[in-house]
Order: sequence, then structure tokens, then C-alpha cells
Amino acid sequence: MELCDLTLHEIKDLFVKKEVLPSMVLASVVRRIREVEESLGAYLALDLEAAFAAAQAADGRIKEGKALGVLDGIPVAIKDNLCQAGKETTCASRILQGFVPPYTATAVQKLLDQGALILGRTNMDEFAMGSSTENSAVKPTRNPWDPRWVPGGSSGGSAVAVAAGEAIAALGSDTGGSIRQPAAFCGVTGLKPTYGLVSRYGLVAFASSFDQIGPITKDAEDCALLLSAIAGFDPLDSTSVQGEAVDYTKDLERELTGRTLGLPREYFGEGLDDEVRRIIMAAVAQLEELGARIVELSLKLTEYALPVYYLISSAEASSNLARYDGIRYGRAVAGREDLATYYTRTRSEGFGPEVKRRIMLGTYALSAGYYEAYYQKAQQVRTLICREFEEAFRAVDAIVTPTSPTLPFRAGERLTDPLAMYLSDVCTVPVNIAGLPALSVPCGFAQGAPVGMQIIGRPFAEAAILQIAHQYQKVTAFHRARPYGAGRGGQDGL
Amino acid sequence: MDFEAVIGLEVHAELATTAKIFCGCSTKYGAGPNTQTCPVCLGLPGTLPVLNEKVVEYCIRAGLALNCRIAGYSKLDRKNYFYPDLPKAYQISQYDLPLCRDGFLPLASGKTIRITRIHIEEDAGKLIHSAEEERYSLVDYNRTGVPLIEIVTAPDLATPEEAVEFLEKLRRILMYLGISDCKMEEGSLRCDANISLKPAGTPQLGTKTELKNINSFKALGRALAYEIERQSELLMEGKAVKQETRKWEEAKQRTLPLRSKEETQDYRYFPDPDLVPIELDPAYVAEIAASLPELPEAKKRRLIEEYHLPEYDADLITGSKHLADFFEAVLKHYFSPKAASNWIMGELLRLMGEAGLTPEDLTVNPAHLGDLLRRIDQGEISVSQGKNVFERVFRTGASPEEIIEAEGIRQISDEAWLRTVVAQVLKDNPQSVGDYLGGKTKAAQFLTGQVMRVTKGQANPQVIKVLLAQELAKVRKKTEETAGLARENKDL
Repeated sequence: MELCDLTLHEIKDLFVKKEVLPSMVLASVVRRIREVEESLGAYLALDLEAAFAAAQAADGRIKEGKALGVLDGIPVAIKDNLCQAGKETTCASRILQGFVPPYTATAVQKLLDQGALILGRTNMDEFAMGSSTENSAVKPTRNPWDPRWVPGGSSGGSAVAVAAGEAIAALGSDTGGSIRQPAAFCGVTGLKPTYGLVSRYGLVAFASSFDQIGPITKDAEDCALLLSAIAGFDPLDSTSVQGEAVDYTKDLERELTGRTLGLPREYFGEGLDDEVRRIIMAAVAQLEELGARIVELSLKLTEYALPVYYLISSAEASSNLARYDGIRYGRAVAGREDLATYYTRTRSEGFGPEVKRRIMLGTYALSAGYYEAYYQKAQQVRTLICREFEEAFRAVDAIVTPTSPTLPFRAGERLTDPLAMYLSDVCTVPVNIAGLPALSVPCGFAQGAPVGMQIIGRPFAEAAILQIAHQYQKVTAFHRARPYGAGRGGQDGL
Repeated sequence: MDFEAVIGLEVHAELATTAKIFCGCSTKYGAGPNTQTCPVCLGLPGTLPVLNEKVVEYCIRAGLALNCRIAGYSKLDRKNYFYPDLPKAYQISQYDLPLCRDGFLPLASGKTIRITRIHIEEDAGKLIHSAEEERYSLVDYNRTGVPLIEIVTAPDLATPEEAVEFLEKLRRILMYLGISDCKMEEGSLRCDANISLKPAGTPQLGTKTELKNINSFKALGRALAYEIERQSELLMEGKAVKQETRKWEEAKQRTLPLRSKEETQDYRYFPDPDLVPIELDPAYVAEIAASLPELPEAKKRRLIEEYHLPEYDADLITGSKHLADFFEAVLKHYFSPKAASNWIMGELLRLMGEAGLTPEDLTVNPAHLGDLLRRIDQGEISVSQGKNVFERVFRTGASPEEIIEAEGIRQISDEAWLRTVVAQVLKDNPQSVGDYLGGKTKAAQFLTGQVMRVTKGQANPQVIKVLLAQELAKVRKKTEETAGLARENKDL
């Protein structure tokens, strides 16, 4: 197995034993990038010069046994909606072309402070709106397991980079499933933290009350390591939550005996692919074998989650994206004309069709005469959905569902059918509505495509869902399957 | 037909916090364009607002001073509209849950003006337009994110005079609270007015217009008076008043239509998801209430009761907290309330007016004025000498003692010596004496002036007055005796 196919914790152990140095890992990752990037298109921009320079410095620290943190010398990719000072940040949108922020997102800064090597910026659906990374204004990203499939989205670039060994770990963002769904489609582990756990400062906003930054990694242990690095209160984000720093690896080795897991009926009904259902149920059986008690439960409001999500997130987006007018930064249209024409032209040319669709939907939902029927009603239902989860968590420690109701779909298949595309998020969206933590772990393959299981936790119970995921991964090998290199075909393991 | 005006005001006051409402940038007025900006107030992608707690505190102070209820739970909302002076394309303001509601402010007549609400919000930037033919505009974002409170009254004002009085009272209170500079000319106090007319004595309201661009108290009174005139003319002619926003044109002293009701924007207000609701502990509000300074009306009453100042004096002196504080500080050094009040209203305000200073710029040491008043009362120097000395105190900051010493100013009250001076002056000016005795009392002034000249202005004018009267009486008596003798002689 190549170094680039190892997990973060495996590499970290090799660093501690001084068997491997950061620049060797980086070289391996860069070799893989050279091999596969052209066909996958995971990155929008590579920053290898800076990564090599950082690796050299990290080499010295590793040699001296003076690592800055567990991430020291680890090559990491970041989604293109996370600001990094001096690096063009575009959210895969034409309208932000040329925008170079003078500040760094808090989460990215924390990686840098720990000595992580930032490889570059990964592709995404424009402004994180989409479930296939096909809405990137720059290029689509391909699924490494089969280039005919989409990698999921919107953090498709980050998920592909990790799955293909083009990065050891990555940061994504999740507004309605944008970490978990591509993680599922690409066979990696991805976690959306509780709303408020990770600072949003420097994350270009899509829907502020849903957005969270989270890790995409090769397994749950890596997820715990990366989450420990980026979580925590930030005075720059009013919605970030006060609290002590937590080591999310500390509960990983605890057994599942005594844990109660709930299966919500509504997530296993119509629209769920039979093969996905079979694989999820097998995974659930595995969890039961590990000592967890499995109970069925009902989340009756699930069917309202998608409309609630699309109304509120689009309303917020319509306001968040209003600032892109070409006057102060980003792409500007040529020519002088009156203000309204200038705005119209800049925004018409700068935004892609999906972004425009959501801006229109959100503007409508907030308009006089419609606000009560749409935005306000959706907020009321949001409250009910939160309560329903609260209620459910009185009886169970975690909720287990499929991450996506279907296998990765083919490129182009849902581009002309926005509603079919929105349905990709049906299992993940309720979690963002309620601000809960959830992760997706690989739990099998169907037709050669990875399938992800979603584990949803109580607010701030990241340690608990990571523990479940880790215990599951200790007895399964789906997460060890790699689309390239020696791990290829790992889907047959177990 | 007689009409009554129905007037409501919307007042914006810039808060005097050192930092902006959602970032750490300075709020100082007059800095170079765009030098007081950062990624947050520029609304760059990915940045987030963090509420400056001082802004909440200041708004609560205003609310308490204006007898409002302070909301235990309030929130910040986004007001969405596109304009180049608004870098996020939304203004963070408060929509349906303002920090303060249901207050009031009494006018001098005893009439109470209800305050509907007070909320906090951020200011926008400033556009500077080029000459027409150059076709460009510049934008300065220094003001972007400067905290504002918006105070909205109920339509309780009935005349332009009431509106101006209300605004003056409000300004006085905000300045006493120390939460705003309230400089209309710098834009730190802005006022829009809603006005409609209705037939006298009827309850139903007419169509209102909103007046903008009112940049002074005078402009407020004039704009409202103009609008009353304009609307009543329309109504008399049987025409309808159009609901619209109108702009006060200072140069031409008239209002012009700015935009009609149909053009009003849908701001699509919704709660700002980047900010958490403001939840106030009653203990915190109580703490602020306890820290409020004495307010203008209370201070005025107290000055009248405690120092027996006339209402006029008390009103003028409490016009500014600085002035009132100065007054009381003078009294601490020398207790002579009416004299202190006279000197402040007369000499001090005159000198400040000449120097173009406002009470906030006042640097005179109150001990100096107290000292001066004592010296005058003790007869050490005369009132007119005192005025000269005070002017020097005002300009140089030196103490009266220093000035009196350096210039050798003193008042001569030594009667014996002054009597010889007066006698000499009378002797030297027989013509004037003759005029005086002949009934031209004005000649006494000339003679006084001569005494002052001889004594280099140091003679005590009170003493001179008395001595001159006595000496002239003597001369008169002597003259009469002489005349009597002459008559007797003639008779003989």
C-alpha cells in the first residue's frame, strides 16, 4: 500500500516511530495526484509549492519529536468555500473569480497551527448548492470508483481527494448533507458536527443556520482526530458554542454494549434502493452483534424535512449571496451603465442555474405576502422537527439510517431534474434542520459502488457516534477499501 | 375648513461607542476614506458579525430615559436591499422585536409624546457622487457598521413647534446619557418626519407623507410648516395628498417628491441567522437603570429648587450637561448661584460663541470662575475688570490670580485718596461740573471716566459713584452759597 492510501492515524504513528517523514507522505500524495487528478478533477487549485515548503519544516519537527500536533506534516485538502489568506477562494463560482481573502477561516487556521500541509482547494457544487459536484462552474468531479458516477456533493472534491489518496484527510462543509452524501458515494467517513461546534468564521455562507464545517477522512478514528483539531468556541462566530476542548478519540475504544440505536421507519420506506436497504440492514445486524440494542422508531415529520430545508436554506442563501454584485471584489462585467443594469448583468453572468434557482426560491419565500406561508411556516415546522428528534433521543442513544437512499447516480442523470437531485438529501437534511451531529461510514458495496450508513447523535454527542462508527469499523473492512493501489477491490473484504 | 396636523418622528442617533456594532473598527468621525474598515464591516465572504454589547447597553439607557419597557428577548433581523453603500446588501436591524417599546417624553406644555419603539441597527457607508458629466461615484465605508438607534414616536405631535421641542428635548436627553454626540451637521442625529392633515376635531387620519433630508432643527420646523401649507392647499382644492416620501430642499425651502408608495421596497426582513437572540437579565437592566445620570428635566427642577435660579436660567444652563456640570462645579468653589448663572449665560456663552465652541469643548476651569466671582464680591476687582480677566482666563487657561498679579490689576477703594482724586478732577474740569450743575447729568459719566483715567481704571466704580455724588453736591452747595451771598450782597 502506498503512503497516500494510509490513514491519518497510521501516518501519525509512523511519524512518531520516525519511520516516515512528512515530505515522503507528501511526495506519495503528489504522485497520486499526478496519476489521477486529470481524470477525477478533485481540485480547483493545488498549492503544492507551499505544501512542500511546509513539509520540509514539518520534517525537522518530526525528526526532533517535536510535532505541533497530531496533524503536523499531514497533507490535507480544503473545500473551496473555506477562506485562506492570500489564496483565491471561489466556491466554484464565476462570480467569485479572483477573490483573494485577506483572512483565514478559523478551522483552516487551526489546521495550519497544528502543522497540517494544505494541498489545495477542492471542487464543489457552486456555493455548496448541489448533490453531485456537477454544479461547479469550473468542472465536474468524477467518482474514483467509477468515473461514470457522480461523487456526490457538494463536498465532492474533498471526498474524492480522500478516497483516491489525493489527500490524507479533508475539510468539507455540510448544509444539507454535503459532507455525508459524498462521503457515502466515495466510500469514506464524513462527519457533520453539531451546529455551533466548529466556527463558521471564514466559511463562505450558503445557509447560515445550517452550515457546518466538518472532516472527511478514511475512517472514524481519523474523523475524531480532525474534529478534535477544528472544534471549539470562536469569539468571531456568535453561533459557536462555549465549552471545553474535547478529545473525540477518548471514547472510541468503548464497547457498544448498552447502547440503544433507533431505526426510524420513515427512512426505510418508499424511495429507498433495495440494495442499499439490504446493506444497511446487514450493517445494523453487525451493530447488534457488537452489543447494541436495536429499536424501531418513528419520525413522522420526516416528509416535511425537504420542503422546510429548501425554503429556509434558500431564503438565507438569497440574502447571503446578495452581496455578490461585482463592485468590490470578484468578477465584474465590463462597461458602465446604470446601477440596476450593472447588478443584473453581473449576477446573471456570474451565477449558475442552480444558484439562481435557489436565490429566486428564497427571495420568493421571504417576500411580502408569502413570508408567513413559506418562510415562517417552515420555521415553525423546523421547531417541530427539532422536538421530534429530542423526543426520539429520550429512547435511543443514536439513530441509524442510510446516508443516501440510492447508490451513486450517473453523471448528468439528475441535472435536468432538480427535484430528483434534491431527493438525494432526503436522509441527511433533517439532521441539519435540527442542528444535530451525524456521520456517514462505509458499510458495503453494491454494483461496485460504496454505500454509506448514517449515524445521528444527540447534540454535541460526536464522541458517541464516532465510538459507534469506530467499533463498527473495527470489525469491518469497507473503510479500508481503496479505489486505487493495493486496496483496490477491498469491497470484497468481509 | 380647519386642519390639524398629525406628526410622527423617526430619529436616528449614532451611538458614541468607540467600536462599530459588529466589529472592532473605530467609529471616529472624519478619518480618511475607508481607513476604518475590516473584512467584517466590508461584508467580505465568510466573515461574521459579533454584536458589540456596548450598543445594547446604550440603547437600554435611551430606553430607560425615555420611559420604555425593555424587552427581555429581542433579536436582530436582516433588511435586504441592494445599494453600493451597503456591502452585505442587507442592513442588520431589528424588525418585530425591538429592544425598547412603549415609552414617552413629556413636552413643556405637559403634553406627552409616546415613543413607539427604539431599536439598534448598523449604519451604511457614504456615497460621494462626482459631477454629472464625470459619471462616477465614490464610496466610503468608514461609516458602515457604526451603531445607530432608531427612535420612533407615535403620531402625537400636532405642530412644527412641538416637533422641534420634542427633538430638542430628545437630543438633550441623549447627550446627557453620553450615548451620542447628536451633531445634526455631522449626521450623528438624523430626523425623518411623517405628517398628515385631518379636519380639525375629527379622528380619522389623512394620507401622510414622509419628509427626509432634514438637517437641522430649523429645517424640521420649516419642512413641517411647508408641508402643512402644501397639504392644506391640496385639500382645500379638493385634491388628494399622495402617499410618498418627500425630500426637504434647504436651498429652496420646499419639499419635493422623492419616491411614491408604489416604489417602496419589500425589504424581506428575516431574523439574522448569524446572530443569536438578545436575552436580557432583569438584573442587568436594573444595573443600567441605577447608573443613569440625572436627566435634563430633573436637573432643571433641582437647580430651581436648590439654587433658586429663575426658570429661564435653569433651562439655559441645563441645555447642556457640560454647562450644568460646570455651573455646579463653580458653586463648589464659590457659592453665588445667580452670579455664576449670569456669568455663564453672559460672558461664558458669548466667548464660546465667538470662538465657535460647543459646551462639550468647554475647557475653562470652574475654580477660576468661582475665584473671580469671589474677588469681585470682595471688591478686590471691579465687574468690568472681572470681565477682562475672565476673557483672559478663557483664552489662556491661566488663573485669575496669575492674570491679576501679572497685570497689576486691583481696585482702589481707599476713600480718602479717591476723594482727593475726585476733587482734583472736578477742579480740572469746571466746564463739565458746570454742565452737570446746569442739569446735564450725563456730564457725571465724563467725570467718572476722568477719575478712571487718572486711576488707570483701578478705582472702585461703586466708591467713585458715591464720592462723585458727594463732591458734586458740595460744589453745588458752595455755588448756591456763593450765589446766595451775591444776592445778599446785591440786596444790601
